[in-house]
Amino acid sequence: MPLSKIKFDKKIVLSFWIILIALIIAAPTLLPVFRLNLLGRYLSLSIVALGVDLIWGYTGLLSLGQGIFFALGGYCAAMYLQITSSSEFPNNIPEFFALYGVEKLPFFWEPFRSPVFTFLAIWIIPALVAGLIGFLVFRNRIKGVYFSILTQASLLVFFNFFNGQQKLINGTNGLKTDVTQLFGQMVGSESMQRIFFWITAILVISAWFFAKWVVKGRFGNILIGIRDDEPRVRFTGYNPVIFKTIIFSIAGGLAGISGALYTVQSGIVSPQFMTVPFSIEMVIWVAVGGRGTLLGAILGAVFINYAKSLVSEALPASWMFIQGGLFILVVTALPEGVLGWIQGDGPRNLLQRFGLKRKIETYPSLEVENKEGDNE
Amino acid sequence: MELLLDSLFNGVAIGSVLLVAALGLAIVFGLMGVINLAHGELMMLGAYTTYVTQLIFKLPILKPFYNSYIIVSIFLAFIVSGVVGILLEKTIIRKLYGSPLETLLATWGVSLILQQFVRSVPLAYGTGLIISLLIGLFLPTTFPSKIKESINFKYFKFSSWIFAALTGVLTGSVISSSVSKLSRASARNVDVTAPSWMRGQVEIIGTAFPKTRLMIIVITLISVIAITLFLNQSAWGMRIRAVTQNRQMSDCLGISTEKVDIITFGIGSGLAGVAGVAVSLLGSVGPNVGGNYIVGCFMVVVLGGVGNLLGTVLASFGIGVMTDLIGAGRLLSIWPDMPLPLSNTINFFATTSMARVMIFALIVIFLQFKPTGLFPQKGRMVEN
Repeated sequence: MPLSKIKFDKKIVLSFWIILIALIIAAPTLLPVFRLNLLGRYLSLSIVALGVDLIWGYTGLLSLGQGIFFALGGYCAAMYLQITSSSEFPNNIPEFFALYGVEKLPFFWEPFRSPVFTFLAIWIIPALVAGLIGFLVFRNRIKGVYFSILTQASLLVFFNFFNGQQKLINGTNGLKTDVTQLFGQMVGSESMQRIFFWITAILVISAWFFAKWVVKGRFGNILIGIRDDEPRVRFTGYNPVIFKTIIFSIAGGLAGISGALYTVQSGIVSPQFMTVPFSIEMVIWVAVGGRGTLLGAILGAVFINYAKSLVSEALPASWMFIQGGLFILVVTALPEGVLGWIQGDGPRNLLQRFGLKRKIETYPSLEVENKEGDNE
Repeated sequence: MELLLDSLFNGVAIGSVLLVAALGLAIVFGLMGVINLAHGELMMLGAYTTYVTQLIFKLPILKPFYNSYIIVSIFLAFIVSGVVGILLEKTIIRKLYGSPLETLLATWGVSLILQQFVRSVPLAYGTGLIISLLIGLFLPTTFPSKIKESINFKYFKFSSWIFAALTGVLTGSVISSSVSKLSRASARNVDVTAPSWMRGQVEIIGTAFPKTRLMIIVITLISVIAITLFLNQSAWGMRIRAVTQNRQMSDCLGISTEKVDIITFGIGSGLAGVAGVAVSLLGSVGPNVGGNYIVGCFMVVVLGGVGNLLGTVLASFGIGVMTDLIGAGRLLSIWPDMPLPLSNTINFFATTSMARVMIFALIVIFLQFKPTGLFPQKGRMVEN
């Protein structure tokens, strides 16, 4: 897969950035709050998509369980918000506990009284859980579809756990955040939502730079090596388990941040974040945008979700058909995704079809060799 | 003793549903290495077939045979899901052999489309569509070889598809005008009522067993025996096993791997349909009915070891018995005076959803010691 065949002109890159930053600054005043909130949510989803791109696009691990880490991050944020605004309720604990007759705060809620701990927990807890799951799976050299199935099974484990435990985390109802207070302000209020939008925008850009830094250099090369030929990486003297575990927990941490941002903007975190379809959807954002491109993951997440909300408003029944078709289409016809297609030979091939561009002559022998390499 | 029997029966009942659902998956995944996430939706199609058959058997002409509709629907469900599976293989999966992750995503797309299909298309016309697919796919294969080899075969094929489409529309409208329940699309769940001879309970050694559960066990037993016989005794079964062991070599020796793929996938999908009949007896049927089983099925296949029916059987009954033991808190009644912390833990997991948590956790732990399942395939080919 070509990573970046076309080097864009510096001026184009600079103007792209200027437009992007101008848009982000202008968005809160241009868009109505409802749309702004949607955009903010989709931007936060693009962070989890970045994580998926790191593990799938670069390392070749298709995880169907990113929802676990996404929801964990969301739960961390929601627990903090619930507990800090619970002073007027009986026993000084969040309101829902009274419904189930719980009088004492469960022990694992205690640390979330501290904002610093929460701030760290949002990304460290998902990263640790991801690292543990990843290590247990990778250690046994379970890979390919087995990895996917196991991540999906763990997703169900977490879903059933969170769904069933009313007395610990309010079960299937989830934790509401929009009526809680943060620094004396309602989280669901307009001004807070605007601030969250900016925070999200900044974090998306920094997550993108972080991901770019991760895949650059030797570490990134090893990841790509694992994707393309894992035994060869092992025979060269590297231990793929370590690298796979690290990248999987990085993706988990990113998912946690994304989940926390999504939670405060959507106003609730519930086990619905851990359903099977949602986690597979994350994969399709990356697949459509272009795997192994990072930027494609962000664009895919934002545009597909925006399209989803527009289509669902107009024709509620047709979105499932469109989404299903998108899965099939992107796998069979556009395996590199839209951005991968643009960066690769896509446009040139298209122009060649219409005779607008000259065919490039290549050495036939080289092409044969490459093909054989692909089949291995 | 009675308690043990009860627990064993419950476990076998849960396990047999899992087994009949996982059987098709074990064949498709184990023998072809294809992850079919639409397997649950093929089950759903089987369940809806049962529903449609039931309503059609209520028509005045077929009313006398109403009691046997469930037997008929087993065969019909096999055919319906099998046809959809073959279509799936011919159009999408064939292009994706060798890239399992892509297959996984594409079949997920198919499953979304199938779910929405039963929601927004009236079942009568859905039936018509299946009938036209059946005719269109199979009519050309019944032509005499003289026509098949002629240069005009594509015209024959084309005209048979037109014939198929007309028949489909005709049956669709006939059904929709005669059974009003099938003429409108609805996203609501439907219910299959078992015929009178299947209601009630049977008493075996002093314990009462519901008849529907026994029926499911019988269906499972017959499916397992039939598929084992097919794989081990028939010529096509031998070819399927050969392709499983070494695709290139089988190809060289003149086995048509393309045909083997179609047959394997068709049978695997058809078994999903049979599982759908079993599932429809347990509760109401809705577009999401398959999704509840799919992950459990994959767990069975992974635990049992790929490409091994015995492993699948043992794994599903093992999971079934464990689910019952944990989910119903039976250990407590077997050993009433266990230490308090232990009994607290067991109570904590004694619900259906928490039992699932425990089972999956146990499977993941088990895979730490035997990463390739109970009965792993041996040999050098396995590494790839």
